[in-house]
Amino acid sequence: MLNIKDLHVKLEEEDKVILKGVDLDVPAGAVHAIMGPNGSGKSTLSYVLSGRDGYEVTSGSATLDGADLLELDPEERASAGLFLAFQYPVEIPGVGNMTFLRTALNAQRKARGEDEISAGDFLKLIREKAKSLKIDADMLKRPVNVGFSGGEKKRNEILQMAMLEPKMCILDETDSGLDVDAMRLVSEGVNALRDAGRSFLVITHYQRLLDHIKPDVVHIMANGRMIKSGGPELALEVEKNGYADILEEMA
Amino acid sequence: MAMAAENSDATADRLASLTMPEGSGWASAARGAALERLQMMGLPRRRDEYWRFTRPDDLNATQAPSAAVLHSDEGSLFSDVDRLNIVFRDGVFDAAASDDLSGEGLEIERLETATARDIHWSKDVYGVLEARGQVPVQRPFAALNTAFATDGIVIRATARVSKPVNLTYLHEDPDSDSILHFVVRVEAGAELTVLENGPAAARFNKCMEIDVADGGTFHHVRAQGRDHERRAVTHLFARLGIGSTFKSFTLTVNGVLTRNEAVIEITGDNAVAHIAGAAVGDGNFHHDDTVFVTHDAVNCESRQVFKKVLRNGAVGVFQGKILVKNGAQKTDGYQISQALLLDEDAQFLAKPELEIYADDVACSHGSTTGAIDEEALFYLRSRGVPTDEAQDLLVLAFLAEAIDEIDSEVIADNILARLEGWLVRRRG
Repeated sequence: MLNIKDLHVKLEEEDKVILKGVDLDVPAGAVHAIMGPNGSGKSTLSYVLSGRDGYEVTSGSATLDGADLLELDPEERASAGLFLAFQYPVEIPGVGNMTFLRTALNAQRKARGEDEISAGDFLKLIREKAKSLKIDADMLKRPVNVGFSGGEKKRNEILQMAMLEPKMCILDETDSGLDVDAMRLVSEGVNALRDAGRSFLVITHYQRLLDHIKPDVVHIMANGRMIKSGGPELALEVEKNGYADILEEMA
Repeated sequence: MAMAAENSDATADRLASLTMPEGSGWASAARGAALERLQMMGLPRRRDEYWRFTRPDDLNATQAPSAAVLHSDEGSLFSDVDRLNIVFRDGVFDAAASDDLSGEGLEIERLETATARDIHWSKDVYGVLEARGQVPVQRPFAALNTAFATDGIVIRATARVSKPVNLTYLHEDPDSDSILHFVVRVEAGAELTVLENGPAAARFNKCMEIDVADGGTFHHVRAQGRDHERRAVTHLFARLGIGSTFKSFTLTVNGVLTRNEAVIEITGDNAVAHIAGAAVGDGNFHHDDTVFVTHDAVNCESRQVFKKVLRNGAVGVFQGKILVKNGAQKTDGYQISQALLLDEDAQFLAKPELEIYADDVACSHGSTTGAIDEEALFYLRSRGVPTDEAQDLLVLAFLAEAIDEIDSEVIADNILARLEGWLVRRRG
């Protein structure tokens, strides 16, 4: 599904190299987690994959089902099935949540040569998805993320994911700022989307989230590359001992 | 105040090119008094305090600069509103194209028939509110209008009028120069909506005086025509009685020169005055909102909400003032003027003013100039919304606070449709 080969990335504005040869292969239906100390490049990886400005890919490749992601605009990546759940979802005053979601869904359908969804079908769909995430009608009507609590913002990200049905979902520290109940709600939302044709890349600092969203593979990222991969037990090891042992072992 | 010689010449030239229409005694007196006011103050000059950001030359010129007539396939605005439609063609009333001048709770007639009568209710308003609005800021084009207006309508609402009165201004002659004057009186407890739509002429001078009696409600929504080269100077003069409501919204799409002045005097306690505008311009576009709200009563609320979207050399101007007179306690005054600049060539000039002589008031004002929020743009794009569409969504979001000032959903939808049309035409 997602193939990243020897990806090197620097900041556009300054001569700072962030990713120094990332290799990653997430097969269809798999859940991979990335953990790593602050500043290791985890969030940068998610931004580069989604097409945010400000980064320059100096070498390497990233493909989604064979399509060269790095050649595509952010909206084309989305239509190709990539979704990033933001660590800090953006507030957009004046744009209603529903309008936003309908515009996004129809834009993606249009880009894929599909018919637009009717207003009635859309309403039915969003009500059903919102209900399971405990998102009420008021939240749907309000401007995108404006006045939402941290938990509401993250739930809203998962709602978007559920509505847009991407095949590759990247969750960038979705657990940050969540209390226990919200974490369970968000995780249930993600687990409900697990499917043989859909893959997940879960970026997190804490093993806690991985209790809820069980990964197939855990990668440890440090200093711009993956330094170790393993099963879920690797996350437990990090939780217990921190990164020091692994960093030392790899040095 | 004595006029400078050059200004005096310019004023004399302009006046020589105009003819005062005939009327009865009271109308002639009103027009004559306006002419005297105009002669005293003279036409505006660039160095006048309130004309520093907008060149008055094209408005002062004896001949109107021509403006190509825009042929648009866009449907007529407000056509789905159940309305009383009154049509002006290059500034001349077109009876055949207009609905009958009658309606429940309405007294409505052409200005020339009203001014031909010896006694008429409009006598207490025509030129009266305009004259009050000349202090402390002079508004020469309004005095010129009162003196020389060639046509117009007087409207009196005596009850709740369900159908909006829609003034449609067609522009067909590329050299037309039109001066229209409207008088509105909303009697105690009555309610009236006035809609305006169209460019009206190559050069358009419009004055509307609105007297809202105690408990009266007046709604006003206008869309200024899309003809690129048109020029317009308009004035709204409103006087608000006890517990009355005044709400006005203006959409401006295109136009090389637009100067919209609004002078609102709140004279009765517990009154509410809202005035809003959304202006979008691309290229040779100069749009000026000059607003003066005077609080002279207790416990009143005023809101000014003006938003401009500018690109490609377009210029926006906002000069807005809230004056709270001594004794106008419990005033709640709000003013916001904001520009969204879509590139680095656009310009926004703002002069917000507060002048407060009462000690128990809440007044706030703000003015901002900004660009499209790149974070929001990326967020929308990351969800699959193409850049153009994402930018349009953010533009409409920016304008939302102004459009929200329109109470009627069907009328607001008309305004939104026109804005969306503008946005779509500018893509690609």
